[in-house]
Amino acid sequence: MVTVAPPRAPAVRRPAAWLVAAAVVLAAPAVLPPFYVYLGALVLVMGLLAASLNLVLGYGGLYQFHHGVFYGVGAYALALTITRLGWPAWVGILLGPLAAAAAGWAIGVFCVRLTRLYFGMLQISLGSLLWAVALRWYPVTGGDNGIHGIPLPAPLQTLSGAYVFIAVTAGLAFGALWCIVRSPFGATLQAIRDNPQRCQVVGIDVRAHQLLAIVLAAGFAGLAGVLYVVLERSVFPTMLFWVLSLEIFVMCLLGGWFTFSGPLVGAALIVVLRAFAGRHTEYWTLILGTILILLIFFMPEGVMGFVGERLRAHGRGAVGRRSAGPAAGRGTPAAVVAEGDGAADPGAGREAATPPAADDAGGTEVARG
Amino acid sequence: MAELLRVEDVHKAFDGFPAVRGAHLSVEAGRVVAVIGPNGAGKTTLFNLITGVLTPDRGRIVFAGEEIGRLPAHLRCRRGLGRTFQLATIFPRLTVFANVQVAVLARQGRSRELLRPAARFGVEETRAILEVTGLLSRADEVAGTLSHGDQRILEIAIALGSRPRLLVLDEPTAGMSPEETAATIGLIGRLARESGLTVLFCEHDMDVVFSVAESIMVMRQGRTIVQDAPEAVRRHPEVQEAYLGAAGA
Repeated sequence: MVTVAPPRAPAVRRPAAWLVAAAVVLAAPAVLPPFYVYLGALVLVMGLLAASLNLVLGYGGLYQFHHGVFYGVGAYALALTITRLGWPAWVGILLGPLAAAAAGWAIGVFCVRLTRLYFGMLQISLGSLLWAVALRWYPVTGGDNGIHGIPLPAPLQTLSGAYVFIAVTAGLAFGALWCIVRSPFGATLQAIRDNPQRCQVVGIDVRAHQLLAIVLAAGFAGLAGVLYVVLERSVFPTMLFWVLSLEIFVMCLLGGWFTFSGPLVGAALIVVLRAFAGRHTEYWTLILGTILILLIFFMPEGVMGFVGERLRAHGRGAVGRRSAGPAAGRGTPAAVVAEGDGAADPGAGREAATPPAADDAGGTEVARG
Repeated sequence: MAELLRVEDVHKAFDGFPAVRGAHLSVEAGRVVAVIGPNGAGKTTLFNLITGVLTPDRGRIVFAGEEIGRLPAHLRCRRGLGRTFQLATIFPRLTVFANVQVAVLARQGRSRELLRPAARFGVEETRAILEVTGLLSRADEVAGTLSHGDQRILEIAIALGSRPRLLVLDEPTAGMSPEETAATIGLIGRLARESGLTVLFCEHDMDVVFSVAESIMVMRQGRTIVQDAPEAVRRHPEVQEAYLGAAGA
């Protein structure tokens, strides 16, 4: 009911189609050269990371500027569990998402007190502290060298073994994210994105929901970090650097942040583009930049947003429109309020000025209550 | 009749500007009560103070026997205070159905339910509310694409999702065509009569106010001048000078 994903072709909904898709993904190591298997695994890892960001960004409307930190925390948790504590790998695989979720709580509990841009700025600050720890605490984290050659159980040491583990885990994680997005919590989260103040007056504790979303998203990011270690058997501090966070932010925008599959598509585009364009030129980001500029002009809702819109235009009249088209307002609630403010009563003075002011000052006002 | 809401000598200033400085209000259960006053009289600020969007600098707000002046908005809602805003505040990217369902889920305490699909919960109740408000045929449309008038109706529908004991409407017919205004007033009257809902609203349109309100409170420059039955308010000298006089009554 509450999905913002575009309506899919009916065939994709059938379980048989899903089984075929799963079989194709899992059969890849048997038929593809190792480079493509590696690339496929990397797409799944980055896709899961971007999808976890999108839970808070696209569905929650939070400017989660430093999501990469939780990916790094998950990866380091696994690496340190094996190399420093000497515990079995499966403990680390479970600890990774939990440690990342804990970090999400510790950072989120401060960030949700602020709104919009300030939320993002504080997150960059707090996240950068963790990056500094990973970079400088040589005896434990290996400092700027990171940790390499992490010993994993035998089945995960081969590329195809790692690939299958990553594909199955990422598949289950995407399934869990899909359930969350469609749950009452997911519906509420989207309502908070659209209008936090309205949510308060229908009895929703906005901050508590935002914090839960951050904790969940951080947990899934930590899982992506664990999968990265399974693929690469190394960790390094740039996993927690803000540049990576910006990159996954771009993946969400590129693929379509108001769709469920968009972040995976965006991740695939960037990972593949870097793999191929990066072979020919060091300046592959020039190509990425050009693509992004074109995207802003021609597909402001991202690739999957564009595809969804085409599908809707195609099937209009036949199927009830369920997801938000561009007509639903790209404007943020604040923009809508601001427009309405001017139109409603230009002479209203103090009274008309109150709702938008309260909207932006929501954080501070309610803090006193 | 039992008093549901009582506002006593409430004050609120913004950066030293006193928006509300001595507001008094009494709302009895089952009544339709209006607040009127010129622009800048502090009506919207008063409603924000009552519903918890703002907290008062001083004064008491008592709802159903409990002092609520310091409670955050979401807890006031759980005690039975529902509201709409002066400017249409809906969830523009969600469907009409989901807009109301979110409020129903919140009231049922399910908004943190993570794994089961939302499509299973609160469906009957949501459809009943859409039926009452005449939005059922548009349930699957994206709310942001509705006309302004329908968005205002949807706001009331969202507020009903909380099953409020007191519904606070901030200029429910602002920006509406005469037909839409008549339909909205009809809806408010019906809700009050049929569901026994207590309604508190503020409004610029005097015809609207005198056609539905059973009690009217008049504000001017942040102060309450009088609260009384419509006829008494109409005859009150200070009201005529302050407000009705200007309207040519």
